[in-house]
Amino acid sequence: MVAEAQNLKVSVWRGTGETGEFETFDVPSRESQTVLDVVSWIQQQADPTLTYRFACRVGMCGSCAMMVNGIPRWTCRTHVKKVSENNTLRIEPLRNMPVIKDLVADMDPFFDKWVSAEALHHPTSTRNDAITPVDATTPERQAADAGIECINCGICYAACDTVAGNPDYLGPAALQRAWTLLNDAKDGGRIAILDAVSGSGGCHNCHSMGSCTRYCPNELDPMSAIAGLKRETFRHALRRKRDA
Amino acid sequence: MMRPARSHPLWLAFVLHRISGLALALFLPLHFWVLAKALTAPAQLDAFLRLTDNPAVKLAEFGLVFLLAVHFFGGLRLLALELLPWPARHKTLAAAAVALAFFVSGTFFLEAI
Repeated sequence: MVAEAQNLKVSVWRGTGETGEFETFDVPSRESQTVLDVVSWIQQQADPTLTYRFACRVGMCGSCAMMVNGIPRWTCRTHVKKVSENNTLRIEPLRNMPVIKDLVADMDPFFDKWVSAEALHHPTSTRNDAITPVDATTPERQAADAGIECINCGICYAACDTVAGNPDYLGPAALQRAWTLLNDAKDGGRIAILDAVSGSGGCHNCHSMGSCTRYCPNELDPMSAIAGLKRETFRHALRRKRDA
Repeated sequence: MMRPARSHPLWLAFVLHRISGLALALFLPLHFWVLAKALTAPAQLDAFLRLTDNPAVKLAEFGLVFLLAVHFFGGLRLLALELLPWPARHKTLAAAAVALAFFVSGTFFLEAI
């Protein structure tokens, strides 16, 4: 029998609300072990009171995102051997969000900002109208397609230093969804979106640091989507001035 | 040693842009104050200009030129990134072309003086 590699030293954030501390666990090292496996092992074998969130385990649902050694990641798709340093792991709840308990972040402010950014569908027709054809070859549709695979996991939001510095900033995920809708032939909220994303917490807060694009597990590019919003709001403001 | 979430090139570019901007903002009032001496106290200005023969001051001047150049190109990069709907690769090429032009013309200028 092959000897097990040495145990992992895993520091896990424990606490409710704003107070808490790291608790260290010894977790047996396994082949092809994900960070979510480690968290689940702790909850099942060491401390059943550990609170964390997951659902699909295959990178589709976006609910298991946590900070792993300071970097926001989907824990289900992160292999321990790729991220552990000297057999240690530090696991925390997502940054830039209030903590409910242990590894569970409160995502309400994150989703509230999607609504504030008008990142919701604005219908252009009723069920009685013919379906609007979508031409997949237009540049607008391609810009929309580039961002629609977002699964709202909150990793870009946790990675963003602008969100950390300005709690009113709408953040990369909400702004990227606003950008996809702005480019969607079936969305009728153009003016509402442009007004919503050019306010005090809007796209012009972005410093193009690019952490959103760097850490998005779906390899999306919110930074470029936000740059697109900056261009469109700029153009819209000029046009409005000219038409006034 | 745990890595911060932000050690990647674009974040470092942001920090460099911010620090160079702050340093230049601090430098400019001093710069204008020294220039004003040409009108108010020419002797003091001459004394200060002799100080610039010192190698340490030359090195500091190199630092200033670097800050100015890095802020200038960083600014161009941001303008291109945010205002031009080009693919990222074209923006890199454009930035590299301007940087190269600045390097060639800057070297020529430094040789000329």
